[in-house]
Amino acid sequence: MRMRMERVVVSMQDPDQGVKMQSQRLLITVIPHAVTGNDVVEWLIQKYCIAEDEALHLGTLLVQHGYLYPLRDPRRLLLRPDETPYRFQTPYFWMSTLWPAAELDYAIYLAKKNIRKQGALVDHEKAHYDQLHRKINHTWDLVVMQAREQLRAAKQRRKGDRLVIACQEQTYWLVNRPPPGVPSVLEQGPERGSCTARQVQMTVDFYKREIECCRKALGRTRVKSSVCLEAYLKFSSQRGPHDPLLSGCLPSNPWVTDDDTYWAMNAPSVAVPTKLRVEQWAFSFRELLEDPVGRAHFMDFLQTEFSAENLSFWEACEELRHGGQAQVPALVDAVYQQFLAPGAARWVNIDSRTMERTLEGLGRPHRHVLDDAQLHIYMLMKKDSYPRFLKSDLYKDLLAEAVVPLETKRRVFPFMWKPRHSSPSLALLPTSTSGEPEAAAGSPGGGDGET
Amino acid sequence: MAADGLHENETLASLKSEAESLKGKLEEERAKLHDVELHQVAERVEALGQFVMKTRRTLKGHGNKVLCMDWCKDKRRIVSSSQDGKVIVWDSFTTNKEHAVTMPCTWVMACAYAPSGCAIACGGLDNKCSVYPLTFDKNENMAAKKKSVAMHTNYLSACSFTNSDMQILTASGDGTCALWDVESGQLLQSFHGHGADVLCLDLAPSETGNTFVSGGCDKKAMVWDMRSGQCVQAFETHESDINSVRYYPSGDAFASGSDDATCRLYDLRADREVAIYSKESIIFGASSVDFSLSGRLLFAGYNDYTINVWDVLKGSRVSILFGHENRVSTLRVSPDGTAFCSGSWDHTLRVWA
Repeated sequence: MRMRMERVVVSMQDPDQGVKMQSQRLLITVIPHAVTGNDVVEWLIQKYCIAEDEALHLGTLLVQHGYLYPLRDPRRLLLRPDETPYRFQTPYFWMSTLWPAAELDYAIYLAKKNIRKQGALVDHEKAHYDQLHRKINHTWDLVVMQAREQLRAAKQRRKGDRLVIACQEQTYWLVNRPPPGVPSVLEQGPERGSCTARQVQMTVDFYKREIECCRKALGRTRVKSSVCLEAYLKFSSQRGPHDPLLSGCLPSNPWVTDDDTYWAMNAPSVAVPTKLRVEQWAFSFRELLEDPVGRAHFMDFLQTEFSAENLSFWEACEELRHGGQAQVPALVDAVYQQFLAPGAARWVNIDSRTMERTLEGLGRPHRHVLDDAQLHIYMLMKKDSYPRFLKSDLYKDLLAEAVVPLETKRRVFPFMWKPRHSSPSLALLPTSTSGEPEAAAGSPGGGDGET
Repeated sequence: MAADGLHENETLASLKSEAESLKGKLEEERAKLHDVELHQVAERVEALGQFVMKTRRTLKGHGNKVLCMDWCKDKRRIVSSSQDGKVIVWDSFTTNKEHAVTMPCTWVMACAYAPSGCAIACGGLDNKCSVYPLTFDKNENMAAKKKSVAMHTNYLSACSFTNSDMQILTASGDGTCALWDVESGQLLQSFHGHGADVLCLDLAPSETGNTFVSGGCDKKAMVWDMRSGQCVQAFETHESDINSVRYYPSGDAFASGSDDATCRLYDLRADREVAIYSKESIIFGASSVDFSLSGRLLFAGYNDYTINVWDVLKGSRVSILFGHENRVSTLRVSPDGTAFCSGSWDHTLRVWA
């Protein structure tokens, strides 16, 4: 990230393509190679084809990170989009060069400020100064000596240079020791790539795994890009009208109008679903099953075809796969008794090979022991029952009866910020025996959360 | 006599170079079927109109950097966690805080809402993932019912419940991901293969529901089989840490956001990167990404305090959203796609629509 910022700053200083430079008069001194805030913003707009707000934001970040410093009022690192003069920070003081800033250097800087002019230190600087004085008390003489030496050397320079160096230093320390209330741009968050993780890479196992993964990958079948990418177009155009952020939603987006009718009309277990929702059941079998209302209607349909046990079996398998470890043996047994045992009440029709493999595996029950059987039944429903469902009168009637809400443009509570109704948390719903809320089992539809 | 599982003629260096050469061959194979670019295919698609998205809610209450957030299935509640150890559950529609718990560690980088809405999970520098049942009983202290589920040997960077409240998937700075049984804390499966910290993960919305993708500091995005623990596919085109991964709604692809200031789209059937979302003016890393419901829009939060909205098909930047006053650290679209929420180091969360 620093490298990218530095690249920007370097191109800004390009003699031909960079920001227009001019000499800036400050009282009686003339400072060369200065730029105005306005010119910086303009240059960013032109170079990156962005709007003014983005250019100002980017320019401000460059100043906040100390790559540009204001010649007047260097106490605040802001970019003003006007004639305010700025200069590019010397690379010596770039974040990447001298980071982390040493305490000794900070002490010398504060000491210089203090010596040069009594009372020049602001509150937080005074606090730092006292703290450092206590901390490196034993070498404080060295600090003062260095400070005096640097001040003496500075006096030898021309006034203009003195001013520039003072601004550069001031900016550097504003970045590295920000005043209270100003977030530090240097903060990175917890360290990444520490010892433990790096050690992972040094083992034989790691490379053997990578080699194995690559070998497998080399053998896999790939699909042509043109085919895959076409699929995105189809998917997006089909789902576009269902995407509230893209196409809006009816009657209105609750976040925009503060009216939560949209949520009430689309609650997990609503009596009459909306048209868009019923249409979505035709997009894919997965989406039909994911919607509790859709799934319930599909179950009704299966009952008319005497194959409802397939869906029940699939649901039981889901419960096994996503349930708690402790429940595995009991669940596997229950599924066997109900769906797989010869003469079972709700026997499911699985091909003999899968059935044989499954029954074998039941001897050592685990979460995935029914995966093959589940997949078989899922594909059966998907290829067979699902297409018939979509062509059925049941589904056609649902589509015809589905609601299309009217649009509400006005805010329901125009003068109130907080809507009156809150909704009960799902955690408040009554659960089983004990008084306290428990983690519910896998199936969706834990309540519609509406008043 | 071989040591450490090495055969004759094998050394660590030779294994490393074999891996490198295989990776090179893999890239060649992947390139063979790449006959067209996404933005070319998307030329026929109508351009998106002007986008007006605004902050509709601002959630103030964290006293420090917000690091992570997750939505409840009820489409309005969220859980958020911060640097000072506070985890808060909000009804973001009314902006009321409903629960708050203080973790015994700082930098709570991961939090997740249980599918039932009755519990939350969180963790961070404590190297653990803990589950807290949500209770409205005024006499009960939420922290009292805390269950320690996952144990890693480095920080927890991400966590997610699978299809139920009873299993949790975690990612850690120790370079691994793991699947846990919540009730017993038992490790069900572990996933080894990243060469550095794992920073993010996302579960696939597939029919068989058996895979997930993870991204890490080794610049790799890896797709895993949850049952076998094996890596199914791996992608290594980013130039820096991958901070966030999120599946495209169809499950056939996923997007990633990285410190290299780009977001990328990887197609699982084509087995390659198919799009890069970048702009010369975007020089700070992307910390979190998520798709709108139709997959047409990609929202990405960045370390330069902004949120960029990308047209996934055309590859262009549709909009830039200002508002946060420090890094955007987390971003998720709501379950019904009516809004998205962003959390930031400026201590606030914003809901946009």
